[in-house]
Amino acid sequence: MSESAALTPNEYISHHLSYLQVGQGFWSLNVDTLIMSGAVGCVVFGLMWLTARRATAGVPGKLQAFVEIVIGMVDQQVRDTFHAKSKLVTPLALTVFVWVFCMNVIDLIPVDFLPMLVEKGFGAGHFRVVATADANATFAMSLTVFALIRRCNFKFKGVGGFMHEVFASPFGIWLAPVNFVLRLIEEFAKPISLALRLFGNMFAEEVLFILLAVLGASWQVHGVGSFFASSASLAGQVILSLGWAIFSCLIITLQAFIFMMLTIVYLSMASESH
Amino acid sequence: MNINATLIGQAIWFALFIWFVMKMVWPYFQRIIAERQKEVADGLAAAERGRQTLEISTRQAEEEVKRARERAADIVAQAEKRATQMVDEARGAAREEGSREKAAAQAEIEQQYARAREQLREQVAMLAVAGAEKILRREVDARAHAQLLESIKAQL
Repeated sequence: MSESAALTPNEYISHHLSYLQVGQGFWSLNVDTLIMSGAVGCVVFGLMWLTARRATAGVPGKLQAFVEIVIGMVDQQVRDTFHAKSKLVTPLALTVFVWVFCMNVIDLIPVDFLPMLVEKGFGAGHFRVVATADANATFAMSLTVFALIRRCNFKFKGVGGFMHEVFASPFGIWLAPVNFVLRLIEEFAKPISLALRLFGNMFAEEVLFILLAVLGASWQVHGVGSFFASSASLAGQVILSLGWAIFSCLIITLQAFIFMMLTIVYLSMASESH
Repeated sequence: MNINATLIGQAIWFALFIWFVMKMVWPYFQRIIAERQKEVADGLAAAERGRQTLEISTRQAEEEVKRARERAADIVAQAEKRATQMVDEARGAAREEGSREKAAAQAEIEQQYARAREQLREQVAMLAVAGAEKILRREVDARAHAQLLESIKAQL
């Protein structure tokens, strides 16, 4: 928090909520989101790959056992929910769960730590580390899932079957326009809610950590003289951050799980005619 | 919440990771999990078989012990029977031997008795002949009366 000495709380917060961007308008890239999500994905999936290559069917090592627990959990969820045959769904659910979870976990690293390292190392002024707190990342995933839902629909029901479902259910073929509009809303609500739920949760988490950091930094505002106010604000940051971090563990896991579950459920709905 | 081209980049990342997990991670674990399930199932089946085998061999062993005990009891009974039999036989043999010896002794006694009587009779006869000779020496020719004397001797 050394840098924040010169910043007002307002500046500090907006500093932390700005992306490291290149380009103009729509064709700009949030470099921080791309780097963080890619790096986290490469590390965790690379680790899983190494584990997979050295894995044995005999007594597993600790890492293998851990990876197997995660994979087994995801696999069980897929088996329980998704009944059609597909080579894609389990790896997809696994990717979603592990990737989202790991991107969320970055949230538990103190807010200033990684941005400070990046600023010292590369001189970048802004760096947002929680990729899932960027709507681009969540919408990228939910829209990919949306595309896969379309693909599943055509693959398992055929174009005719899908069209019939779109226009004929739930009210029968005579109310085709109503059915179609309902279906349209339903279909577009899926990716939007999927993306916004994750984005909203993670954004709120990040903002609260930033606010608690502001609380802790306010000792400089009080001045060295008011000892009690300074120590109270510092203790406030430590205790509240700890509480919020513990609560975050729940939210981080829960959001990753929800995203995975809804992905499976949507694909399962797309692959079964009702 | 500003949507920009990052969306496309993120979608590429996502697709890349899905592909990677689908090709490089999931198949390995799928195979391993299947193998382990099979191993566990095999192990459980083997344990069940082992339990059954143990049960069977326990039953067999029990039967074996029971049979052995029965045989031992049989052997003891037979031995006892045999012993009694031998004692009986010995007793019978001894009794027979005794009676045979007794009969032999009796026969001996009878024989000696008969011999003694014979001798006695001969001596009596000789005495009688000697007496008669002495009486008749003067008047009777011993030779003439020998026949008569013989018949008397035979009658004694």
